[in-house]
Amino acid sequence: MKYKMKLDAQQEAILKGEKGDVMAKVMETMVRYGELFGADSMVPITSRYNHLVTSFGLKALGPVYDLMEKLIDAGCLSQQKFTADPRPLDKKVPSSFIQNIVFQHFMYSKQEYYENQLQQLGLLEKDAFTCTCYMDEVGNTPRQGEVLSWSESSAVVYANSVLGARCNRNSGIIDLMGAVVGYVPYFGLLTDEGRKADWVVEIKTTKKPEAQLLGSAIGMKVMEDVPYIVGLDKWLGTLDDDAKTYLKDFGAATASNGAVGLYHVEGITPEAVSQGRALVREDAKVYVVDDAELKRIYDGYPVIWKNKDARPKLCFMGCPHMSLNQLVSWTEKVEQSLKEAGNAKVVIPTVFTAAPAVLRKFKETDYAGRLEKTGIIVSDICPLMYMNNPLSTSMPVITSSNKLRTYTSARYYTDDEILQQITKGGNV
Amino acid sequence: MKSFQGRVVTPGEITAQALVSHGGLNTLASFQKALQFGDKKATCGDQNNADLYGKQMAGKALCLPRTIGSTTGGLVLYCACSMKRQPACMLFSEPIDSLAAAGAVLADVWLEDVSMPVIDSLGEEFLDYVKDEMTIVIKENGMVEISD
Repeated sequence: MKYKMKLDAQQEAILKGEKGDVMAKVMETMVRYGELFGADSMVPITSRYNHLVTSFGLKALGPVYDLMEKLIDAGCLSQQKFTADPRPLDKKVPSSFIQNIVFQHFMYSKQEYYENQLQQLGLLEKDAFTCTCYMDEVGNTPRQGEVLSWSESSAVVYANSVLGARCNRNSGIIDLMGAVVGYVPYFGLLTDEGRKADWVVEIKTTKKPEAQLLGSAIGMKVMEDVPYIVGLDKWLGTLDDDAKTYLKDFGAATASNGAVGLYHVEGITPEAVSQGRALVREDAKVYVVDDAELKRIYDGYPVIWKNKDARPKLCFMGCPHMSLNQLVSWTEKVEQSLKEAGNAKVVIPTVFTAAPAVLRKFKETDYAGRLEKTGIIVSDICPLMYMNNPLSTSMPVITSSNKLRTYTSARYYTDDEILQQITKGGNV
Repeated sequence: MKSFQGRVVTPGEITAQALVSHGGLNTLASFQKALQFGDKKATCGDQNNADLYGKQMAGKALCLPRTIGSTTGGLVLYCACSMKRQPACMLFSEPIDSLAAAGAVLADVWLEDVSMPVIDSLGEEFLDYVKDEMTIVIKENGMVEISD
């Protein structure tokens, strides 16, 4: 097959099979993928670490494991160490006898096998499983301008927007193949032109908008386009830990409710700070978000519980995984709200999820013991993977994650509503 | 009969009945149950897609603007192809997105006996015109013919 892309001598040699047939196919995959988007060259990956979306040994993904095996057998391993999305299982998370059987012996029966494959391919360390690999505690934090081959929509949008790294919304497998061959095609969000904004989003709310709701609204409106958001700096102040946590949740919602890979927040995110409105295309469209628009979005979410008035059986917080300051602030909020209600422990089984490294740091603080006393369970599980089966689908689960709402039957509530439900009970 | 010219992403000729999604196809949400629980019809499980929810996707000419959502999208499509639960073809009104492109290319490069022709850039009028169950014929050159 002939390609339009200009490859250098080394890339050409790989494509012709100098490093074996399997490596040639990896290069062919990356070249064909890039050519669909007009890429005219392949550029080296410059980040220290990679991040993969596929972390779960789901029996149904057998073809993926077969493909991984082909790579391993041919010695086509990742040139970078990598982190991966969260594991699907944790004994600490409440589950029924039947769920345990289904999870361990049917759905995720390939977990051990797949983790072994990941270790052979280049997993950073045995607990390198989180969707928030960019947290300081985890250490996979790329620098501005670095070229990545990441996947995981929430991590890609964070790396591009908040860190100023350069990464396309790569799919699983493509993420790994880029790191195996060492190059990614140069197009889209890797280019200056691809990082310009197609939309100006004006925030005109009367209070700080709920991160997950605002992200959902913008994602549904702009889909895969790049939004330039004005008026949010008024609520965020500076890019401190609270703002980073806000943008983590906001970005995950834009990426899952739409397909956003990069956003700019005026006065906050690095490229918006350095380039300002020069980032906005001349023909950019305008989307105004006010209180009424957020209410319209919220009211439009379908509730697919069989009994819409069912009492919630489980609450998940942390999709994407919670930050350290989020765990701390939620500990304080839960304690205060329980005190007001005269309750000692949460009234709905509740799980907070975070990266293993973040949980280790949290456990060094006195907040960990305080949170435990409220009855809340902490885990490094992926809530999405827990929910992906008919047994969990039939459970009334609540969350303030718009990503979890999008992919599962979990019902979305705002943070304040979740707090009220888990500490005081009753529907809001 | 009406014809639309698109760009060939992965080649092939096929005739199939249309299944139309006017919004973006969330690949993970749409296919996950089918792949996990042996649903050979690949019934769409995406509660947010009113056009497709509960409908069979396998063997249909899936007409859509783009795919959206999780970056597992490409490998989910690859698995659907490998397990023979893929649409007969995928016809995009817009230029293909990176996740669907990954799935299409991975299937074409790495699977020997599987075909899922993909055509993109068919235009807004294509998606306005095509309706569920219309008969679709696609040609090697990216021509899509639609008849009632």
